[in-house]
Amino acid sequence: MTAVPALQVEDLSVEFRTRSGVVKVLEHVGFSVDKGETVALVGESGSGKSVTAFAVMGILDAAGKVTSGRALFGGTDLLALGERDLAEQRGRELSMIFQNPRTALNPIRRVGRQIADVLVRHGGATRNDAPQAAIEMLKRVRIPDPERRAEAYPFELSGGMCQRIMIAIALACRPALLIADEPTTGLDVTTQAVIMDLIGELAGDSGMATIFITHDLALAAEYCDRIVVMHAGHIVEAAPGRALFAHPRHPYSAKLLAATPGETVALEDLVSIPGGLPDLRRSDLPACRYSDRCERRLDQCVQPLPQRTVGERHVVACWNPL
Amino acid sequence: MLNLLLSRLATAIPSIVGVVVVTFMLTRLLPGDPAAYFAGLAASPQAIAEIRHNLGLDKSLPEQFVAYVGDLLHGNLGNSLSTGQPVVAEIATRLPASAELTLFALIVAVAIAIPLGVLAAVKQGTWIDHLCRVVTTAGVSLPVFFTGLLFAYVFYYLLQWAPAPTGRIDVFLSPPTHITGFYLIDSALTGNLEAFWGALRQLALPAISMAIFSLAPLARMTRGSMLAVLGSDFIRTARASGLSPRTVIFTYAFRNAVLPVITTLGMVFSFLLGANVLVETVFAWPGIGLYAVNALITSDYAPVQGFVLTMAILYVALNLTIDFVYGLVDPRVRLDS
Amino acid sequence: MLPLLRHARYVLSENPVTGLAFGLFALFLIAAIFGPVLAPYNPLQSNAAMALKPPSAAHWFGTDQLGRDIFSRVLVATRLDLTIAFASVILAFMLGALSGVAAGYFGGWTDRIVGRLADTIMAFPLFVLAMGIVAALGNEVINIVIATAIINFPLYARVARAEANVRRDAGFVEAARLSGNGETRVLLGHVLPNIMPIMMVQMSLTMGYAILNAAGLSFIGLGVRPPDAEWGIMVAEGANFIQSGEWWIALFPGATLMLAVFCFNLLGDGLRDIIDPRMRT
Repeated sequence: MTAVPALQVEDLSVEFRTRSGVVKVLEHVGFSVDKGETVALVGESGSGKSVTAFAVMGILDAAGKVTSGRALFGGTDLLALGERDLAEQRGRELSMIFQNPRTALNPIRRVGRQIADVLVRHGGATRNDAPQAAIEMLKRVRIPDPERRAEAYPFELSGGMCQRIMIAIALACRPALLIADEPTTGLDVTTQAVIMDLIGELAGDSGMATIFITHDLALAAEYCDRIVVMHAGHIVEAAPGRALFAHPRHPYSAKLLAATPGETVALEDLVSIPGGLPDLRRSDLPACRYSDRCERRLDQCVQPLPQRTVGERHVVACWNPL
Repeated sequence: MLNLLLSRLATAIPSIVGVVVVTFMLTRLLPGDPAAYFAGLAASPQAIAEIRHNLGLDKSLPEQFVAYVGDLLHGNLGNSLSTGQPVVAEIATRLPASAELTLFALIVAVAIAIPLGVLAAVKQGTWIDHLCRVVTTAGVSLPVFFTGLLFAYVFYYLLQWAPAPTGRIDVFLSPPTHITGFYLIDSALTGNLEAFWGALRQLALPAISMAIFSLAPLARMTRGSMLAVLGSDFIRTARASGLSPRTVIFTYAFRNAVLPVITTLGMVFSFLLGANVLVETVFAWPGIGLYAVNALITSDYAPVQGFVLTMAILYVALNLTIDFVYGLVDPRVRLDS
Repeated sequence: MLPLLRHARYVLSENPVTGLAFGLFALFLIAAIFGPVLAPYNPLQSNAAMALKPPSAAHWFGTDQLGRDIFSRVLVATRLDLTIAFASVILAFMLGALSGVAAGYFGGWTDRIVGRLADTIMAFPLFVLAMGIVAALGNEVINIVIATAIINFPLYARVARAEANVRRDAGFVEAARLSGNGETRVLLGHVLPNIMPIMMVQMSLTMGYAILNAAGLSFIGLGVRPPDAEWGIMVAEGANFIQSGEWWIALFPGATLMLAVFCFNLLGDGLRDIIDPRMRT
């Protein structure tokens, strides 16, 4: 099967203008997601995973600015679209779900109405049959008693229920791409699995591409075809999940794996990664933003990062990979 | 719904009790002999003694309190010294004038403050945001009696756009048939356009003076609450779902942002009811504020105390209504009770 | 202290209006202290020949119906207006901070009584309650101070209560208690000083309102009595001449009053930004 990219991000750089200076949040970020594929964006908090998603969706804060790059989606560059055109795409062709589902829903609007709003906006239903269509969506995300639940407010529902509602809103118009930003944060463990299974299943049904943002490598490995590892606004490694777990090539990926509890690593063997993320406001940021924390640093690490292909769809940005 | 109403009513009871106790204390706090005050300056000792007996001032304090509450329940606030009329009757006839002025001022204030606050938040950092900041800081700094006078000078004396600042309607016009006591509503109901226009012209300056003073807390709260809501997670969801800016700002953001603004209305009414007294004085507006001020000047205490009690009860009732409306608008409160 | 100064400089550079407010405040302070010395005329001296004269080189703000110099009266009135406001704010602070701190620190009955008291005052439209209090206590300046303090009391009590409540179990309070201090001593010696910065902000924020309130009361004939010079009563006197076009009698005292309130409101906002940036809206 030849893979068709649903989304191809190239050379994406984003800056935030703050009172204390310009923060280079993303630099030359590039990756792609194929139709029907699930790709994980993994990294510590502050590594730029969510900003990548917000930039693609065009919902960065006013302080954030895309300084370079393209995000090709079905032949159009999302980053070049005006707000009006992009808003047409959002919710219809590309959707996003967020962490903390209980605060991500409008607290004073019935959840059925919130789903209907999206349907009506993108022509998925007329004003008259939107309520019924919303109930159909609630059925698809397996909410019991959907007729009654459609009339509920978010505060009357559990966190897991709210996340299902979020999924229903996101998938209402059958988008080609879904970005799930830590969708299980704030949910208990059993609900996490149910939600992840639900996303996987609904994505599989419709051949939708999925970007799954998480700091949890184990979760990423379980549900995703490929994993993209981010560190301080750079992509340091991208590889099929199995390959990454078997043989991580970037020193940071290796540390991240060692810090993840799983089948191969027992809790007592967990390693913490020394140091923290560099201050991205610095004007003299090193070419490799991991080099200050890296044990394998070489003299040549000050040169611009290489993109080394080290296996089937396996790329690492490091001068001295493992 | 009924539960909500009952629970809100229950919270108002301690306020009413407090208000009654405080107004009772105010009548007994009069320095020296309250009976002498109520009797007036020229009263003979016998007259004072008679008044003392009539007012029950020769009884113990608890007995006096019981009598006071009993009088209140019978709608008896005493008689005015200068007119000899029952205070309740005079307040009742004058109340519509004050209510019309205050409510009209509130409508003007809301009509300016809310769009201003929303725009300032949506276009944060632009000229409209700075305008909002200036208006809110300047608005609360304006002594309402001074703005009123200034308006009267500019629009009546200099420009002659406004009628003379005396009363609710031009002396050459007859007031509309009494239905609600609100001239604007009564004249509209009876189709008396001349009276409507006349009443509106009289109302404009005092109402705008009051509105300017009271719109500051509203605009400030609208802006702040709108900013907070615009930064919240569910607005990001709404934007990520591609909802139109209109829907995001009005249906999603504004409806949430307006909730704290409703709560602020309590403070706004406190401002308005106070400003009402001053504005009625400036514009010779025949409401209960002017009545109280005239009584104050002649040391006529029963009307003053009746006025304070009426205003406080009104204010408690307004706060109750605000609470109830809030409960209706916010499902989290409505469904909890 | 140094970081606070640096922060203050930052706030001032961000918001030059606060600097302007400090300048105005200094002017008002000078007027309040030296007003009677600086006044070109005797503020109480009437002069029938000079009645109702518009502003001129000799009388910058014109003269009133008795021929008194309005500029001198406005200048001299500063002391009375600011004294009333300051006194009422200090009184409100003392009543409110003490009872609020006690309520927050001890909780229980103290808390309930203070809370009920504050709620009862808040159940009135505040200016109307102030009118009632002055009417009942008697038509004196001191009673304006008391009335204004009473209506401001709930604000202080609430802020102090919340702050004391937060600090009740803080480390430094615990330490003071463990080193053998009695509860009252801990309260007055350790909790109260800690909430002073926030109370200072509260005081400057209510100053403007206190001035307005006092002037409003004297505008309707309460408290200050003629011929004393006070901004509110001067506006009231000028009100009678507005319809005949003698605008200066009401305008100058009114504008000065407005400027004073504006100055204190800006000052309060600025002080809040300096001391407690979290409260910024």
